Amino acid sequence: MEVDEVMCLPRLPRVAVCGGTHGNELSGVYLVREMLKVEKKVVEEEEEPVLVMIVLSNPRATQQCHRYVDTDLNRCFTHATLNGPMSDTDPYEIVRSQELNTLLGPKGSRQAVDLVCDLHNTTANMGMCLITYSDCDWICLHIFRHLQKEIPDIPMRFIHFDVSNKESYSLDSVGKHGFAMEIGPQPHGVVRSNIYTAMKDGVQHMLDWVRLFNSGTMFKGGFVDVFTMVKHIDYPRDSVTHNITAAIHPHLQDRDFCLLHPEDPLFQTFSGETLRYKGKEPLYPFFINECAYYEKGIALSLARKRRVMVPSIRVETEQEQQANDHEYSSEEEN
Amino acid sequence: MESVSFPPQSSIAICGGTHGNEMTGVYLVREMQKHKVDKIGSVSISTVLSNPRAVDVCRRYTETDLNRCFTDALLSSPITDSTPYEVRRAQELNAQLGPKGSEKAVDMLIDLHNTTANMGLCLIFYTADYLPLQIFKYIQNKMSSVPVRAMQLDIPLSDAYSLDSLGKHSFSIEVGPQPNGVLRADIFNIVKEAVDHTIAWLQEFNSGSTFEAGEVEAFTVVKSVDYPRDPVTGEISAAIHPQLQDNDFKLLKPGDPIFLSFTGETVKHEGEELYPLFVNECAYYEKKIAFHLAQKRTFKLPSIHMKKD
Repeated sequence: MEVDEVMCLPRLPRVAVCGGTHGNELSGVYLVREMLKVEKKVVEEEEEPVLVMIVLSNPRATQQCHRYVDTDLNRCFTHATLNGPMSDTDPYEIVRSQELNTLLGPKGSRQAVDLVCDLHNTTANMGMCLITYSDCDWICLHIFRHLQKEIPDIPMRFIHFDVSNKESYSLDSVGKHGFAMEIGPQPHGVVRSNIYTAMKDGVQHMLDWVRLFNSGTMFKGGFVDVFTMVKHIDYPRDSVTHNITAAIHPHLQDRDFCLLHPEDPLFQTFSGETLRYKGKEPLYPFFINECAYYEKGIALSLARKRRVMVPSIRVETEQEQQANDHEYSSEEEN
Repeated sequence: MESVSFPPQSSIAICGGTHGNEMTGVYLVREMQKHKVDKIGSVSISTVLSNPRAVDVCRRYTETDLNRCFTDALLSSPITDSTPYEVRRAQELNAQLGPKGSEKAVDMLIDLHNTTANMGLCLIFYTADYLPLQIFKYIQNKMSSVPVRAMQLDIPLSDAYSLDSLGKHSFSIEVGPQPNGVLRADIFNIVKEAVDHTIAWLQEFNSGSTFEAGEVEAFTVVKSVDYPRDPVTGEISAAIHPQLQDNDFKLLKPGDPIFLSFTGETVKHEGEELYPLFVNECAYYEKKIAFHLAQKRTFKLPSIHMKKD
């Protein structure tokens, strides 16, 4: 009989739920506002309480209902930007990213929160996606499996950006573990009830999982299909004005995660001509026609899909934790 | 009804980017300008990017909503240093395409808009003007891939506040759903087709065709409903209910759900049976409008033809 190896991981005592990182992605804004209204009651019977920090990441952009004020906050969390010198003329979001790093980090340190869940919306038809930098962070992968099981009527995918810790740039990279919870389609500046409810349920199930994990529940492993970003494709553009000269083709529009084959339609020009995908490899498109990406030069992103085997996990016991801490301190001394 | 005659419709304006983040009109006007479209048959066409500054920053407006700046009062208000950009721009457009209410105004002004609401293709008029209503009937018969409807705002010309009120016979083409700042190919194709049909109709009209009498249904707005709001912060406390979301033009009855609060409570419609429009339009949150409510009315159209000198 095969022994099912169970991986033991440290407790997650502190979780941050962040919304309004982009001020016009309204499901997260309203969810965070609602969560801030509810008084936190310490549940005496709870053996393993979780400290949940609720954060409105970009208050100024939220107040104006714009994605950002000076610069995209969710690109300001690289080590370089966080540790760069401060000046009076710094863009608002750079100052804010350093504030958030003090509150939830410092990134890379033992003081950082254990888990960051950053709430986002997209105009793309992506359903619910968890987006992370790692394809082997078992905490994030188990949360994903839990959400899939608990919310079966929403299409759910796990997206991996293969970016090193040094180059990671988003808010969720500040915590020891982190992911963006991205739900669409929802226009920016609009809150759709079904999307809001999906996000509310997603956050609730995520927090339930953390409590179960901290209380000692063993989560059985299994397979997860992981979409790893390979490349972006920009719109065709006018060489002089830089304006786009075509729109996402009607056959591709809204078909996020439907395999795109070589020669499949990609764009339709304003005079009705079809431009086709010239890549050699069939890939999975996502963030198709995301509003905020026009200015970043991204019409769609493309990913490879592969199956990742996720081991069973449970929380470390106190003994195991002390042994690991001792090992960590020894490493630090050396 | 006797046949009604109108002068030839020889000068029209097609305007896009009146709201700088409603992308279909922006790109359609740019495309027409790139191809130097200025005359099609008997119709000379001005293509206008109404709010270039807002288009540049991909926002609805820079200081104030341009499409509320065309009342008689604002068009004649004195310009000072503190006059908002859009009020100035409205007066420029009035000089170029109007003056509003005068003989010199363009025969027809078609203003292109998008909405985040699921409104399909919707023509918006002020009065029951037979010319645009005949064009509406024509487009409705020609286009079957998308629902085509008409909305009427019962407002006298002096109070008419939008760009299309500059032309002698005008209407807006409103197409959704499309998120602000996003260009969808299917929506672009719908608007292009509607504009093409309008120009084709004008050619036929100018060549002496008679357009037959008939009846059309249009929706006349009677009131608007705001979101439930927090009494202290003024922030919305509910979203459009899932059963109302995307159901523009479907009859709303007393007792039907209209809002679902963020804490899960349902708010129901009270009052008469009416048709909801502009359900969950992004730009209307700040105008305190969750949706409009309208009555459905039938307009009898006489046959129309061109007046021969």
